[in-house]
Amino acid sequence: MTQIIFEKSRPGTRGVKLPDAGVEHNLNKYLPENLLKEEKLDLPELTELDVMRHFINLSRKNFSVDTVFYPLGSCTMKYNPKINEYAASLDGFLNIHPNQDEGTAQGALQLMYELQEYLKIITGLDAVSLQPSAGAHGEFTGMLIVKSYFEKKGEKRTKVIIPDSAHGTNPASAKMCGFDIVEIKSNSKGLVDIEELKKVLDNDVAALMMTNPNTLGLFEENIQEISKLMHDAGALLYYDGANLNAIMGITNPGLMGFDVVHVNLHKTFSTPHGGGGPGAGPVAVVEKLADFLPVPVAAKKNNTYYLNYDLKNTIGKVKAFYGNFGVLVRAYTYILTMGKEGLKKASEDAVLNANYLKEKLKDYYDLPYDRLCMHEFVLSADKQKHEGVNALGIAKRLMDFDIHPPTVYFPLIVHEAMMIEPTETESKETLDNFIDVMRKINTEIQNDPALVQESPLKTSVSKVDETLAARQPNLRWK
Amino acid sequence: MYNYLPHTDQIREEMLKEIGFKSVEDLFSNINRNIRFDNSNFDLPEGVSELEAKEKLSELASNNLSLSDCLSFLGGGTYYRYVPACIGTIIERSEFLTSYTPYQPEVSQGTLQVIYEYQSMICNLTGMDAANASVYDGATACAEAVLMAARITKRSKALIASSINPEYKEVIKTYCYGEGIDIDYISLKNGKSDIENIKQDEYACILIQNPNYLGSVEDVFEISEVCKSSKAKFIVCTDLISSAILKRPASYGADIVVGDIQSLGLPIAFGGPHGGFIACRTEYLRQIPGRIAGMTKDLDGKTAFTLTLQTREQHIRRAKATSNICSNQALMALAATVYLSVMGPEGLKEAATISSARAHYLAEKINKIPGFKVLFNDFLYEFVVKVDDEFSAKDLLNQLKEQNILAGIPLDDKFDEYKNCILVCVTEMNHISGIDKFAAALEKITSKCCLRS
Repeated sequence: MTQIIFEKSRPGTRGVKLPDAGVEHNLNKYLPENLLKEEKLDLPELTELDVMRHFINLSRKNFSVDTVFYPLGSCTMKYNPKINEYAASLDGFLNIHPNQDEGTAQGALQLMYELQEYLKIITGLDAVSLQPSAGAHGEFTGMLIVKSYFEKKGEKRTKVIIPDSAHGTNPASAKMCGFDIVEIKSNSKGLVDIEELKKVLDNDVAALMMTNPNTLGLFEENIQEISKLMHDAGALLYYDGANLNAIMGITNPGLMGFDVVHVNLHKTFSTPHGGGGPGAGPVAVVEKLADFLPVPVAAKKNNTYYLNYDLKNTIGKVKAFYGNFGVLVRAYTYILTMGKEGLKKASEDAVLNANYLKEKLKDYYDLPYDRLCMHEFVLSADKQKHEGVNALGIAKRLMDFDIHPPTVYFPLIVHEAMMIEPTETESKETLDNFIDVMRKINTEIQNDPALVQESPLKTSVSKVDETLAARQPNLRWK
Repeated sequence: MYNYLPHTDQIREEMLKEIGFKSVEDLFSNINRNIRFDNSNFDLPEGVSELEAKEKLSELASNNLSLSDCLSFLGGGTYYRYVPACIGTIIERSEFLTSYTPYQPEVSQGTLQVIYEYQSMICNLTGMDAANASVYDGATACAEAVLMAARITKRSKALIASSINPEYKEVIKTYCYGEGIDIDYISLKNGKSDIENIKQDEYACILIQNPNYLGSVEDVFEISEVCKSSKAKFIVCTDLISSAILKRPASYGADIVVGDIQSLGLPIAFGGPHGGFIACRTEYLRQIPGRIAGMTKDLDGKTAFTLTLQTREQHIRRAKATSNICSNQALMALAATVYLSVMGPEGLKEAATISSARAHYLAEKINKIPGFKVLFNDFLYEFVVKVDDEFSAKDLLNQLKEQNILAGIPLDDKFDEYKNCILVCVTEMNHISGIDKFAAALEKITSKCCLRS
């Protein structure tokens, strides 16, 4: 039976005890009485063993990359190497204070500096900030830079163009920067429709936000033409780095003509997702935008590393201190072990694995855009829906085979979308098993759709009532 | 064979052949040649073995002075506190560490129940009705709360206390620039917000930190009154360790309570990853940013958890979302939940009172040393030391650093009002012997009068 930790509380028991203060103390002497707490804190009272059992047993109710295949599209759930965890847990990285003197943090600053340099090479742009904490945070940072750049130039540009296949964070981020969003439809090939783009492109447009490969897993082949169009109109081109895992060492946003890029270290550079975070979303920009970056950036002078706050047009800070440093350590370690050949091979294998799955599944599930894909592809469960089971039903059934479902119902432009991203760290055996399972589910749907609809059967809970959760919100234990 | 890549060349060839390709190159035929990398300019280093990586990283780490190898009195919103051993074991558990955002509740009940319990604990400690699953840090929590208040009140001006963490101030400013919100500041008097000087205006919110960056408690009841009379939302940023000593922000009228969870069992890690919490009264729930977990039932009537109220979020509402946040700091929220569980009410109280007792002990000692003055006494575990103008605070800090003492944060470039001042912090990690050593070192330096700059 599910018990909340508060229900397990046994008053009077405790876990960790701290030593005595060693000095007398009377708070009433210093603090106004009407501010002092009277009642006991409302927290559970448990032994350490109680706590361990509670959380370890909870963990067993999760799927994770270390336990199952996790082909969640757009999330790049690749294996997270343990050497990266080891590195991040070193005392000299864990127990350093952001306000300590730069001279006592040279190792940390060197790591940040070198990571900035690596990201410059990988993105093909000129300057990097490691400050943003996540992909969406990077988008916000990047679009603020765009806003500030045009303001400094004295141009009033109020609109941002975003394709209808984009991640939801793109319009949300641009909106937080005060931009109006202009959505453009994709063409029949699943790509940015150049004619549609031309129609909306005017002097009010500040930028186009794109993902390349896009969320359908398709490479935007006309990227150079798009880049030229945008730049001829005086606008900038923003690259959402969510799908960078497809192109490392093959091409880069700089070569494609992008001006601002964010990189998801927790996707491409293999830092663990932690059940939803922490991530890191460094931003790279072209030279003319370099002094708009958040401060500080790591810099080097006479073999000494320091934090440079002296950026003339900086947008300020988007987070306290310097970024999710622990995540940066992991990504740095990953780049170090993979090296240039390893990163390129990672992208090649990611693309190979995706194409392999796509070709092996397209006879069983609709493939709306039947073309060469990059690191991921999108199937449609339209056919299966007519037979009685939709994409969500298939997703739930996969759980019974110990496979995490793909991303479903995204991108929005595909009916009954199932977005599949195997990543490069999965073996042929794992992929073949996934193919077998997906084919089997298709057969089940034809023979016994009710069985599939009842799934999942093997998980710790059966299908969860999300409607009830929203109608009668119960958001805390009382 | 490269690290973490399972395919042999033979397997690659087999797979390519099965799907009708001749070479890997064919998979990239849709990328125009002239934007392809020429191998020569993909100029990253060659990969190294795990053993070599370990050596390199150990070397870098050893070039930093760890707080565990010195006497540190650094605080300023980021605290060196005791991290119970079991937290590491739990957050390194693969099922927590290597899972994604719990979009699929049936295979994420672990993460979801943790978030629910985390939300419950945040509510209990703040007195609020609801909390989200976390934002990036205390600074972004403040910024998001200001935006939230602006949406609730449909006002576009915010009043911020000058006594809040200067890093937070910067981040709020950046977010407000994005949304076009103007900011006014409450001036300082005696280390806290000058309540005589609070302007009454059409503010969306008044945001204070309590205890504030300088360690002192604010006149919260008076500020709360101003909020009420001007219909501004009262946002309180707080360190939850202080909730073991001080009344909960709800009891003095807070509408939204925010802060950083780093002090709850998270390592400092050079400033991140930490985590921000946002809690609010029920009536503002629909305006809260980020993930929220809720308790519900499964089809068999069993208790289950799921992400809920998702129509506020970017993946559903896109440009109309309450925030763009997607990834948050879930693992850090887990660490905080474990911390609060294993410390319990008594442990948290101990952390707060030991810190406070020893901080006041140090303050009294410093106050007795000629050349130093503790400016304000109404603090919990952080306080401002004014160094006599005869000496330079920065030189003093440097000299103490030579003796392996990180004495505090210089306030010179943070507060015009507190030139030649140092912010000193004491936690349960500072033993009495270390505190005595710090005081003795101060005395020795000044008695030699060698600080003149």
